[in-house]
Amino acid sequence: MFYREAGIFKTTYAADQALFRIPIDRLFVAAVIVAAFVVVPLVANEYWLGSIIMPALILSIAALGLNILTGYCGQVSLGTGAFMAAGAYMAYKIATNLTWMPIPLVIILGGLCAASIGLAFGLPSLRIKGFYLAVTTLAAQFFLLWLFQKVPWFVNNSASGVPTAPPRAVFGELVTGAEATPEARYLFVLAFTVILALIAGNLVRGRIGRTWMAIRDMDIAAELIGIRPLHTKLSAFAISSFYCGVSGALWSFCYINTVESSAFDIFRSFMILFMVIVGGLGSVLGSFLGAFFIFLLPIALNNVVTTFGLPIATETITHIEFMVFGGLIVFFLIVEPHGLARLWQIVKEKLRLWPFPY
Amino acid sequence: MSEFWFFLEVLLSGMFAGTMYSLVALGFVLIFKASGVFNFAQGTMVLFAALCFVGFLEMGWPIAVAAIVSVAVMIAWAVAVERLVLRHLVNQAPIILFMATIGIAFFLEGFGEFIWGGDVHPLNVGIPNDAWFVGPEGEMMIQQFDLAAAVIAGLLVTVLALFFHYTRIGRALRAVADDHQAALSVGIPLNQIWVIVWSVAGFVALVAGIIWGSRLGVQFSLSIIALKALPVLILGGFTSVPGAIVGGLIIGAGEKLSEIYIGPFLGGAIEEWFAYVLAMFFLLFRPQGLFGERIIERV
Repeated sequence: MFYREAGIFKTTYAADQALFRIPIDRLFVAAVIVAAFVVVPLVANEYWLGSIIMPALILSIAALGLNILTGYCGQVSLGTGAFMAAGAYMAYKIATNLTWMPIPLVIILGGLCAASIGLAFGLPSLRIKGFYLAVTTLAAQFFLLWLFQKVPWFVNNSASGVPTAPPRAVFGELVTGAEATPEARYLFVLAFTVILALIAGNLVRGRIGRTWMAIRDMDIAAELIGIRPLHTKLSAFAISSFYCGVSGALWSFCYINTVESSAFDIFRSFMILFMVIVGGLGSVLGSFLGAFFIFLLPIALNNVVTTFGLPIATETITHIEFMVFGGLIVFFLIVEPHGLARLWQIVKEKLRLWPFPY
Repeated sequence: MSEFWFFLEVLLSGMFAGTMYSLVALGFVLIFKASGVFNFAQGTMVLFAALCFVGFLEMGWPIAVAAIVSVAVMIAWAVAVERLVLRHLVNQAPIILFMATIGIAFFLEGFGEFIWGGDVHPLNVGIPNDAWFVGPEGEMMIQQFDLAAAVIAGLLVTVLALFFHYTRIGRALRAVADDHQAALSVGIPLNQIWVIVWSVAGFVALVAGIIWGSRLGVQFSLSIIALKALPVLILGGFTSVPGAIVGGLIIGAGEKLSEIYIGPFLGGAIEEWFAYVLAMFFLLFRPQGLFGERIIERV
């Protein structure tokens, strides 16, 4: 009734392959974006903006990145945290040494550095497949974090080894560092998120996305029909690392305000992987749903305990959190291996007939 | 000359440490061989088994009883995993199963610490912990503990190898590993086999957990150390029991030697990542590992 495809005729290939093929989809996404830019900053308080929505958005970018690599190109990676760290450290290095550079450019350059590192660690994927590859990405995880910790050059020889993110402004408004208002940071992060998500959506429906999916579904067959695995796999690694790098830079600059390697340890990598699985492998929307779900779940669990005043120790809560986390992952895989995005799909299909099923 | 003895000492201590990695890797190999599942939860199973064992000991039970009950717990766990998870995921893509085991790992970690608490539990099961000095002037030190651990690991591998080769169940396990459907068609009950193999992996985890635990104390970080079993695994090949041992020795020795001889030039603590990088470069030349079955791909 409200959500329908009937009566929408596509007369060109361009219309048939558009990002949003149904006008209501386009309207809906536009409405969400406008709401995120206008309504949310007006309605949400400082805590929600700065400590819940913004970090979830930043993690969504990383989840998008991993989804490109794992969901679309089929290469399992356990090194997401390391690529995020690469983005954060390189962005810090650039921001402090080239102080004239506008901060969006700094963050993009940080992402590009992460992309080149991702390219290097993607090289083994040409020979190594499946689980063997997953283990080699752990090499990236441990090696890069060690490198950033050990070499003082990355943190400008800072004595503590954990420098604070420099304050930088966009249009005269501080967006990074401890002084910036949550609203400004939120909008800054949101702008990045929206642009990167649109780019990702376009990438995966275009030629490059199709080659990724061909490699994912069966790499030998893809090679036989003329898809070059070198270009395809490495481009997936590079673009995925770019997203992770941007996300890591934003995480350091806008959220935790420091550049530290402990924020990007192996558990971060797992967390992002969970977001991708729970959200839905091979879905842009799923990356967002997964990121918000996994990031908000512990907070929600915590709140449940405090609102009901349950006499449970914080330690126990953490343990229960782990259990719920693990249990949910398994539950989701059993019930719906395609994740939250698939559930959304089902809802849409139901809406097609609602409220007049025939 | 003392240089040489020092080298030997480092080499040996590395190889001893390597056997400990092998013990964890062994559990991975068992499950991968029999079900094609890359069981990420093996490290957590080591932690959980050790936690149970130490928990029972702290309740005042004798060692033998604690060990038997811990084995029973691991078997119950194997049954639960098969019933609640694996059974529902038959025929799913390997990556889905892999993710499921990560979920299991998280659950088990929370569960274990929920029951037994997150503190460090010291564990002493009476493994001797003195040092021997070898060499003309006693230059080389060998920890008796390391030696005992290596002997236990060796015994375990021998027993498992015999079990795989000469028993009915062992043959059934190998059949399942070869081809699920063919095994089913000759009447091998797949579900039971999975329970058995997870139980055996649980038993191996318990042994590994006791040895690791008596060395470092039973604590959360055990499950992280177990990540070191992964490079061992890819070095030796996912499907080879001897591979797990040889891989463990290479990784252990390589790690210690590099830390001593290369580490100082790079600022130290390269032990954290050396194993992974070594394994990665190794894989570039032999993608199936040392003893793994040749990977044949068909369209």
